[in-house]
Amino acid sequence: MDSIYISDEALGVGMNLVGVFGALITFALLIYFIFGRDQLKSLLLLDLLSGLRVTGKKLFEPKTTLHFPDEGESLPTSPRFKGMLALRRYENGQERCIACKLCEAVCPALAINIESHEHTDGTRRTTRFDIDAFKCINCGLCAEACPVDSIVCTDEMNYSFLRRGDNIMTKEQLLAIGDLYEDQIARNMEKDRA
Amino acid sequence: MLMIFIYALCILIPLVVAVAYLTTLERKIIGYMQLRVGPNRVGFGGMLQPIADAIKFVTKELVYPEHADGLLYYLSPLLLLVPSLTAWAVIPFSESWVLADIDAGLLFVFAMTSLGSYGVLLAGWASNSKYAMLGSMRSCAQIISYEIAMGFALVGVILLADSLNLQKIVYAQAGGILHWNWLPLFPMFIVYWICAVAETNRAPFDVAEGESELVAGFHVEYSGMLFATFFIAEYANMIFISVFTSTLFFGGWLSPFEGIPYISTWFSWVPGIIWLAGKSSFFVFLYLWMRATFPRYRYDQLMMLGWKTLIPISLAWIPFISAMKLWGWV
Repeated sequence: MDSIYISDEALGVGMNLVGVFGALITFALLIYFIFGRDQLKSLLLLDLLSGLRVTGKKLFEPKTTLHFPDEGESLPTSPRFKGMLALRRYENGQERCIACKLCEAVCPALAINIESHEHTDGTRRTTRFDIDAFKCINCGLCAEACPVDSIVCTDEMNYSFLRRGDNIMTKEQLLAIGDLYEDQIARNMEKDRA
Repeated sequence: MLMIFIYALCILIPLVVAVAYLTTLERKIIGYMQLRVGPNRVGFGGMLQPIADAIKFVTKELVYPEHADGLLYYLSPLLLLVPSLTAWAVIPFSESWVLADIDAGLLFVFAMTSLGSYGVLLAGWASNSKYAMLGSMRSCAQIISYEIAMGFALVGVILLADSLNLQKIVYAQAGGILHWNWLPLFPMFIVYWICAVAETNRAPFDVAEGESELVAGFHVEYSGMLFATFFIAEYANMIFISVFTSTLFFGGWLSPFEGIPYISTWFSWVPGIIWLAGKSSFFVFLYLWMRATFPRYRYDQLMMLGWKTLIPISLAWIPFISAMKLWGWV
């Protein structure tokens, strides 16, 4: 049972500690009286330790990452999210676009290409409305410029083109996208206005 | 001769594995501290990430910059790697596990860690690039300034142990956590740790790399396996400094419960290398923790800290520790 027995060396520890702590405190007091309180505070690294405490706490906090392809459905999006472009119709099925070509003019990437003609009822309609998805930078300026809310940005951001040529999105494709996402677009516009 | 080779492999192979996993651990821990999750796609929750990184490094092309100094360009990664591996020879892992139990062990380590700066300097010089040159100049000035404070901080350790032999330094600290050098040498330990972080070019003293100003500093022109060599050297240095710090200030492979009744006997079966690994992993973690927390020092602030704060503090503590030694308090 030699482990219970307190050795002379262990008794010596107490003496040492008094000396060691005395020296440490003397050193701190010397710095305090010679250089002042601010110097001592910076030498004790208090600010750095409080910084370490913040990151140390964050290490154990729950993480905010959403794992994109696995949890893609639950990604939070703003009503102003600028995803894939779409063309909209009125409720009666008539296309909204009046071929004013404001979007074509404002497009910084020159991605929009419009040709138009006069319809039989005297209105101006597009015959061609192409968007080059490779050129498009999803800036949303076209949607902003549109006076009739015809061209809009959807929330859709996962799209890709596997063949050359597919990147030119025709009027029919854009209208189809608009039909597909009409509920979402209307909801986003409502939210944005509020 | 053969045995020495085998012993060296016994140190190097675990070291290289540790380096590989340290790179992943760093990304993981810094990610966690920034409320992200870090790499978690390769293998089981990111466990195979180091292997993927290694494959990427090996298969990438080695780009040789025009008008670079060929010999020095290929030599400098090795000049950085070899000293950082050589320094491991003198580290005592337990009572009998020392590859080279030489009397000037501490001096040897000091020499080897300083040699690394040649690799940094020559890499910057040889790659014929302004950013690399600036990075290596900074690194050189930084290492020279911080080596002085580091040397003075180690004088205290030498005074207390009466020896430069690392095994004797460990034995001089025998007797539990309050007998270790960190307590009587507390200001010097802080100074030493700050200098050690600066020596290994790690955040917040990574002005030699300084992503935002110098792209990648001295290794900006290196690619593929040559870049990986720099990477391995940096992380091997980090692990080495952590082990070295635990040896000098935290009792090396000694158990922290020595001298306490009952508890010391409960833990007497634990081999020394486990204690050493545990203590060093804390310092490795501290490296990552500091990188996740502190912004980079400006270059003039770095010099100011080195010359006007760290050197005076370590110089001022030498009389204190000498007096304590003289009166037998430590």
